[in-house]
Amino acid sequence: MMRKNLLRRDVPEGMRPFEGAWSRDPGASRKLLSAGRPSKLLGSIEEAIRKSGLESGMTVSFHHHFREGDIVVNLVMEAVARLGLRDLTLASSSLTNVHAPLKDLCARGVIRRIYTSGLRGELAEAVSRGLMDVPVVIHSHGGRARALLEGSLKPDVAFLGVPSCDRAGNARGWTGKSACGSLGYAMVDARVARSVVLLTDGLEELPAVPASIGQDLVDWIVPVEAVGDPKRISAGATRMTRDPRELLIARRVVDAMEAAGVIREGFSFQTGSGGSSLAAVRFLRDRMIDLGVRASFALGGITSQTVKMHEEGLVGALFDVQSFDMEAGRSLGVNANHFEVDASFYANPGVRGSAVNLLDAVVLSALEVDTDFNVNVITGSDGVIRGASGGHCDTAAGSALTIVVAPLTRGRTASIVPSVDTLVTPGETVDLVVTDRGTAVNPRRPDLREALTKGGLAPVDIEELAALAERITGRPDPVAHTDRIVGIVEYRDGTVIDVIRQIRE
Amino acid sequence: MIARLRRTMLFVPGNNPAMVKDAHIYGSDSLIFDLEDSVSPGEKDAARLLVRCSLEALDYGPTERVVRINALDTPWAGEDIRAMVAAGIEVVRLPKTESAEDIRKLEGLVAEAERTFGRPAGSVRLMAALESPLAVINAYEIAKASPRMVAIALSAEDYVTCLKTTRSREGVELAEARGRIVIAAKAAGIMAIDTVFSDVADEEGFAKEVALVKQMGFDGKSVINPSQIPVVHAAYRPRKEEVLKARRILQAAEEAEARGSGVTSLDGKMIDKPIVERARRVLELAGEA
Amino acid sequence: MEIIQIGMAGTLESCDASVLVEPPGEGSPGLSLEIQCPDRRFAGHVERAVRAALAEAGVAAARVSVRDRSALDCTLRARVLAACHRASGKVTS
Repeated sequence: MMRKNLLRRDVPEGMRPFEGAWSRDPGASRKLLSAGRPSKLLGSIEEAIRKSGLESGMTVSFHHHFREGDIVVNLVMEAVARLGLRDLTLASSSLTNVHAPLKDLCARGVIRRIYTSGLRGELAEAVSRGLMDVPVVIHSHGGRARALLEGSLKPDVAFLGVPSCDRAGNARGWTGKSACGSLGYAMVDARVARSVVLLTDGLEELPAVPASIGQDLVDWIVPVEAVGDPKRISAGATRMTRDPRELLIARRVVDAMEAAGVIREGFSFQTGSGGSSLAAVRFLRDRMIDLGVRASFALGGITSQTVKMHEEGLVGALFDVQSFDMEAGRSLGVNANHFEVDASFYANPGVRGSAVNLLDAVVLSALEVDTDFNVNVITGSDGVIRGASGGHCDTAAGSALTIVVAPLTRGRTASIVPSVDTLVTPGETVDLVVTDRGTAVNPRRPDLREALTKGGLAPVDIEELAALAERITGRPDPVAHTDRIVGIVEYRDGTVIDVIRQIRE
Repeated sequence: MIARLRRTMLFVPGNNPAMVKDAHIYGSDSLIFDLEDSVSPGEKDAARLLVRCSLEALDYGPTERVVRINALDTPWAGEDIRAMVAAGIEVVRLPKTESAEDIRKLEGLVAEAERTFGRPAGSVRLMAALESPLAVINAYEIAKASPRMVAIALSAEDYVTCLKTTRSREGVELAEARGRIVIAAKAAGIMAIDTVFSDVADEEGFAKEVALVKQMGFDGKSVINPSQIPVVHAAYRPRKEEVLKARRILQAAEEAEARGSGVTSLDGKMIDKPIVERARRVLELAGEA
Repeated sequence: MEIIQIGMAGTLESCDASVLVEPPGEGSPGLSLEIQCPDRRFAGHVERAVRAALAEAGVAAARVSVRDRSALDCTLRARVLAACHRASGKVTS
């Protein structure tokens, strides 16, 4: 049986007949078949919230590329609250000190659940003290990408602040007054969210290409006064520390890398942004020059130090998921081999090989490491949340050599302990712990221990370090927790690796 | 027995707990806990107590513990000596040492403190900082003034002021003093230690100065920042060939002694005693017994 | 040792402790301690170290206030002893 469509042509039974060039798609999809070129530009955040279809109980997502200079999350959530929406799930790739105002929204029930890589400041303290009825979920960067792409974390609306975009929605981060460099964490959200709203303070002429987020993914654009505070988004260039202790640790890291045989032609590396990790980059550079070795790529959070090595020809390519300073942002915009990568390419354990799997060495910091080499990067010695899971467990799992650095004691707080307060990265993925008082090798790596001994580095047992730390600080009274769980720590594969309990006053 | 190395002596401001508690992690041969110029007059008592309590409680490992007390003509020196000897200090460094008499006075006070606090007589050693032209003239007498003396050091700032000139990067104004101090120290059989290099940022200048004073015969240098330590140790580290040769020389000497022969020879050449001594020194610097 | 005036020692720098010792208050003879500690897990340690140092100095009556910045026990001892000496009027400076 045949039917006729609008143009009086035959359409077989069971198939959808043509109804006009610009008819609205009656299906569940949010996209409309464009009539002419409808504008995506909206006059206010409230309007965007309405048009995006956001309702109480839904999930909103954000990125943290503006770091301590972020304005977007607070701005949007205040608008959401003003519109009377509640019980929302907030899924930001991370949250920092600047998000303290969210405390109030949580208390009022506007935000009911939080998914994040990290929490700091007043919000973190409030969560530690029992602010939320539902435990917050802490995930790694790779784990978040996995969750988003497999659909276990489903943002209804992604509100993405971008320093630069055109009116079609082509957006990028390395230009504009609030430039932040790579938009790696935002890119995955843009692909999977049901509705994508860009906020920008840098509307540009068409076409703003090359773009990190393509116009094909963007529903609405809201021009705002500012998406970030440039003074707090990042420094011009990341300064190397002058702290003698951090420098001492950094030197030891590079000595260990050399003894382990990692510093060879074509190797790859990633370092964190802490003092010792950054200083290690500088000493690594000097060692590479001495040895006449070049790296094939550097991954992760990119800083001016790494950019310098790239521009000197010491590092072939940069894979940038987060640009830590303006120099890195500049380089991303001009250097052909400085690539922006999204969180999935970077660290997703659910794809057939993310970049972390290619790493030869990674240098990570830690709040605590225990005698099983497990690492805590999320709660302080007092049990309060003050850090982020970030790419820690992802890179530790992927890298051939994982080095964790920490001073043996920070003031009166031991970094090497019998058991970590919160377990984020499992010890089986950690190879070396480098402190200012000695380097410990995971017993699973007798090959490494031998290599370090041969290299004259005299590794020690981690139990010795823990004992020395306790001798220096004295044995602390245990942290007082209640039984109530305030945080769930997910490993990168989505399984629960530890819980965070409420601290007892 | 390895003679104690003093390639690097790191100054630690005595009133700074953050530094005092673990300055030894940077691997200098000695630590000089300073009660003198880095401590203001109003804090002399607090610094003394801090260094004393830290020495009594903390384990500084193999690092030598030295204290720079206040000059003998100050109201603080006497208490400094008593507190430091009680706390177990290994070496007392006397600033502004002008003459052998100063060392004898110091020795008297130290000996008394040893008796009072039950430390073996003679266990506390001494070193003298020479800070004026007269001190440099008296260098040999000072170096010989006591069997407790282990080193004399140049302290350039005050010295240069006395000379009514200024410090320069090349250090020509210090050449004479340096030469005399090395000669005096070696004639007395003790060590010569060079002055601090204050411009921590000038790595190249520092390395040049270290090379110079090492060549002149200084056994080590005072340092004020941990970053200076590896530079000095690298300069004093013998090259691989030197170490290999030194091992062979010492082996030949041992064999000669075992044979009961007074003459050591290697590769057909006679090896004099000074050469054996130098070889021993090379192995000490390389960290081998 | 008798506490006759205010004595202060130490700073608020990291790894130090600022210690204030003064004569006991009118209505409270003996020792009264007020201790501010950045890490609750060591509050007990800090108090023990302070009391031990006061006992060492032979101070049985005083108002003592300690603002700790993660000082080790030996630093606490040194600062308390210094503050006590200064509060006893015996310091030569």
